[in-house]
Amino acid sequence: MIKFINFLVAAVFAGTPLLFGTLGEIMNEKSGHLNLGVEGMMSMGACAGFMVGYLTDNFLIALAAAFIAGLLGALIYAVLTVTFMADQNVTGLTLTIFGIGISNFIGEYMIVNSHTNSLKLPEVISQQVKNIYISGLSDIPVLGQLFFQYNPFVYIGIITAIILSIYLNKTKTGLNLKAIGENPASADAAGIKVTKYKYFNILLGGGICGIGGAYCSLIINGGVWMSNSVNGLGWIAVALVIFASWSPVRAIFGSFIFGGFNVLKYYFPKDIFTFPNAFYDMLPFVITALILVITSVRKSKKNTRPASCGINYYREER
Amino acid sequence: MMSKTFIRTVKNLERSQFEILRLRIMAFIFALVAGGLFIIMIGYNPVELYGTIISGAFRSKMAIQATIKIMIPLLMSSLGVTLAFKMKFWNIGAEGQIIMGAVFSSYFALFHSNLPHGLLLLIMFVAGFIGGGLWGLIPAIFKTRHNTNETLFTLMLNYIALHVISFLRDGPWKDPGSSGFPKIARFVTNAQLDKVFGIQFGWIIGIILVVIIFIYLRYTKQGYEINVVGESQSTARYAGMNVKKIILRTMILSGGICGLTGVIQSAGSDMTLAASVAGGVGFTAIIVAWLANLNPVGILLVSFLFSILEKGSSVMQSTYGLSTYSAAVLQGIILFFILGCEFFVRYKFVFGNKGGARS
Amino acid sequence: MIERNIENYAIELKGISKKFGSVVANNSIDLDIKYGEILALLGENGSGKTTLMNMLSGIYYPDGGTITVAGKDVTISSPNDAINLGIGMIHQHFKLVEAFNAVDNIVLGTKGKYQKPKVLKEKISEISNKFGLEIDSDKEVYNMSVSEKQTIEIMKVLYRGAKILILDEPTAVLTPQETEKLFRILRKMKEQGSAIIIITHKLNEVMEISDRVAILRKGNLIDTVKTCCTDENKLTELMVGRPVSLKIKRPETDNKKTILKVVDLSVVGEDGREALKNINFKLKRGEILGVAGIAGSGQKELCESIAGLMKIKHGAVLCNKENIIGKTPDEIIDLGISMSFVPEDRLGMGLVSSMGMVENVMLKSYKKNKGFFIDKNPARKLSEQLVKKLEIVTRNVDMPVRMMSGGNVQKVLLGREIESNPNVLITAYPVRGLDINSSYLIYDLLNEQKQKGVAVLFIGEDLDVLLEISDRIMVLCHGEVKGIVDAKNTTKEEIGLMMAGRSMEGADDDE
Repeated sequence: MIKFINFLVAAVFAGTPLLFGTLGEIMNEKSGHLNLGVEGMMSMGACAGFMVGYLTDNFLIALAAAFIAGLLGALIYAVLTVTFMADQNVTGLTLTIFGIGISNFIGEYMIVNSHTNSLKLPEVISQQVKNIYISGLSDIPVLGQLFFQYNPFVYIGIITAIILSIYLNKTKTGLNLKAIGENPASADAAGIKVTKYKYFNILLGGGICGIGGAYCSLIINGGVWMSNSVNGLGWIAVALVIFASWSPVRAIFGSFIFGGFNVLKYYFPKDIFTFPNAFYDMLPFVITALILVITSVRKSKKNTRPASCGINYYREER
Repeated sequence: MMSKTFIRTVKNLERSQFEILRLRIMAFIFALVAGGLFIIMIGYNPVELYGTIISGAFRSKMAIQATIKIMIPLLMSSLGVTLAFKMKFWNIGAEGQIIMGAVFSSYFALFHSNLPHGLLLLIMFVAGFIGGGLWGLIPAIFKTRHNTNETLFTLMLNYIALHVISFLRDGPWKDPGSSGFPKIARFVTNAQLDKVFGIQFGWIIGIILVVIIFIYLRYTKQGYEINVVGESQSTARYAGMNVKKIILRTMILSGGICGLTGVIQSAGSDMTLAASVAGGVGFTAIIVAWLANLNPVGILLVSFLFSILEKGSSVMQSTYGLSTYSAAVLQGIILFFILGCEFFVRYKFVFGNKGGARS
Repeated sequence: MIERNIENYAIELKGISKKFGSVVANNSIDLDIKYGEILALLGENGSGKTTLMNMLSGIYYPDGGTITVAGKDVTISSPNDAINLGIGMIHQHFKLVEAFNAVDNIVLGTKGKYQKPKVLKEKISEISNKFGLEIDSDKEVYNMSVSEKQTIEIMKVLYRGAKILILDEPTAVLTPQETEKLFRILRKMKEQGSAIIIITHKLNEVMEISDRVAILRKGNLIDTVKTCCTDENKLTELMVGRPVSLKIKRPETDNKKTILKVVDLSVVGEDGREALKNINFKLKRGEILGVAGIAGSGQKELCESIAGLMKIKHGAVLCNKENIIGKTPDEIIDLGISMSFVPEDRLGMGLVSSMGMVENVMLKSYKKNKGFFIDKNPARKLSEQLVKKLEIVTRNVDMPVRMMSGGNVQKVLLGREIESNPNVLITAYPVRGLDINSSYLIYDLLNEQKQKGVAVLFIGEDLDVLLEISDRIMVLCHGEVKGIVDAKNTTKEEIGLMMAGRSMEGADDDE
């Protein structure tokens, strides 16, 4: 039982970077842009978050830096696809290759220039990203552990998801955004500033992805810089958007379930059956592929990808 | 009334081939300038660094051979993905297809290495083609049956393939002779590709493939079908084409060629099955194919250019201690600029004046 | 001099010009409209009507000229500017978000605070009552009929308080009865002081609804006349530039043998609903069977199921007594059944837009050539023949067809089908977007085929044309055949009632 609760908690931890990535991509797709650059934007966030944290010892500044780095990645994407109407698939893929490349490049550059063999976060910041202990609540048996013993990222992620959900479903701007994702020509004719909305939401999405990246570099690797710290999570996030059917709230559950797959290797009772490690490592990707297949077989009418997703908008198209 | 400037986007259809070429060259130069700014920012001299890249790729016979060696897998997998891209099938899975090609052929290289050399290599190539082709066929089957998103599916298959290697390495194919980290045994000489002019003969296969793909796309019925399906599936169906069959067939070819890349990389360069057999080439291939406008001859040029970058960046690492990831950064920047410049091929910006007089 | 009351003018255009590449869409156009007036903008397809109005609604931006709204010089650089100036446009292809319901579509993009759906609905019903609109606020757009969608579009304009309304070909997709209803609403709006511009190429509607008519031809404003001082013949002459007889020929043929027989055909459409329900009809050699129906009544599915492109739920299609259901599209092509469908974007089906004529002409015949390689020479010869025979304007036969004008694209499409010497020719919307000259050329081509003994299934939009060219007319509504009538002995009203769902018994029933 205790082991199971530990597993659930670990799933939440492992799912949090996915949550950010998924939320970021939802904002992109809601504005009609299929951004395959999540992995790249997360990598950029990972690098900026870690390096700024390393240099400033301040978690909040590190977080802001990660957000800005993701946002800058998204800016490249937005300029190319919104203004220059470049192919979304290719631009996103290039952003991923570029983002991973530049983060690893800067990482190695910092290592060489620091004259040590590795970069480790200072103690101050490690303290700041530690799990938050809320006296009273955190001590409640089981519930306390399940709900009130996480690091700040987890709470930020859940709150972000809820805010985005309200934004999309309960506000006029959210309605306008959804209209753009469905049919930009209609939104344009209704007087909505399509370009402005697209930029805003793509950049916002990129920033959120960046925070997810910071989680990878600050938390997952225990405060030590490692290349490729995002390691495919961004790609799973892109697929999770489908699993969450473009709903920020469902993204919370989707991410945590996938977090569970990521950590299953450490919690699966070995006495029942031992699988090779590679099997567990493969699992999240196999499940994602299965989900892609299942959702495509089901083909529900509601909760589908925004209709204009992947197609650039040009007002004077004839 | 206040005068306010605004920018509009206007179609511009009448660009000559020469103008388009000039635009692309300009974009390339801008990309180098942007890369140079980045180099300045990290405190180096861009001219010196670019110089190092070029001289690093050509400074000696060995360097040139190494550059060509880098180029082989890039060239072949770019040709592979081109077939899929022509059909607007987003095969992002070259990485996985390369790996599976290598895995299938490695089985023979490792466990049937006593077959006659020529026969063994032939079997390895066939096995590699089947391995890669199979890995390309799976997403195609689901795409044609259920319209499953192939971009993400092929991507997931990359990671699955990667873990297939680590499974084999840690378990069934582990080299008992190795101490420390588990790895797969080195291929015996009989299972290695022969060398021509000091480079494994994969380069000959690569050049032959350029010609074959060029002819295939332009002068065969199947190539014509790929083009029509890529433009409009409904038109293809209307014309009586069996769209599903065409997609499946093309994806076997696309994956198969990537599979051959895996054979050549493992048996020709690595001499073993390493987890890094694809090592990102499958992704770079997408950039190469796109930059070359899906033209096989263009791919030959761009992949050569990119190999210079890759080889040069490794020299940059040994000389300046800069990461080899600089190649990926520069490749990204180049494609960003080329993607941006495509806009000016079809459109232009016009500045207007709000509230002011107009001519 | 007469003092001109500036305030009275809703819009004044002076010297408005617009070019697309080298094509002049509008050439220095002067036009005005007053409040409380209905102006008809008359012109052939491609004469620049929509382009001109799109510049008022902020979709396009003029290359030159000035726009004055309610006496003030303005710049309209976006739809937002147009809305702020009180201009609302109802586009031919509705600008609605399919996934949203009526209320969300109506309030979309309006300024002001978020309001509860209940408050919004009250506001909407208040306006509906004032103008006599019927709106189901909670219905999703994808569940709406064309006429309902149009009502939502009008509501959108009214909700924003626009005093200037532009409608682009609003009646093209309506039954005659729905058209009447629309005109009642427009007259009411006119009484309330709105300025209304209606784009159309239908003369009878111009005469019925407008106060003044502005005629455009090839991007130029030819004349503006008071409706009461003109007639249909004069207007046609102004529109086409020469006197034309608007009569379409209907040659008589004999030996009409049934070649295609459709029995109890039912098909499930892409959205999962039954798109065709128990369709029965016969198609004979040497006749043109017209198919009428409002858009989306099953026309596309009918074409595609005969061409073998759709899965059939049940029923049979017999070609010379041989059931073709279950055959692949290329087997059906081999039987001499040829289909040309001109979709709304013209290029989506049947032609590959980035390829030239040669590669498009060989689309259906490339397989005939033996071996692995492709032989483009026969297709090249055929293309060159077609260019001469059909007067296709193209730089050369390798120029991508997307760079051709609409009329030429359709000539390529139909020309290819005819050259394959079909027994059955199915053609859907072949004159979509064409000017009168090109249209008549296409009608002649079809009649020529009919006289050669080809059975022609003609799916059309314009009832007047269907009535003239067809031998018989079949009317579809919601995927059902509402009746097959003799074109010589029927009226537009009768067809209109059937399009709206009234059944007529028998094939030659004249009520």
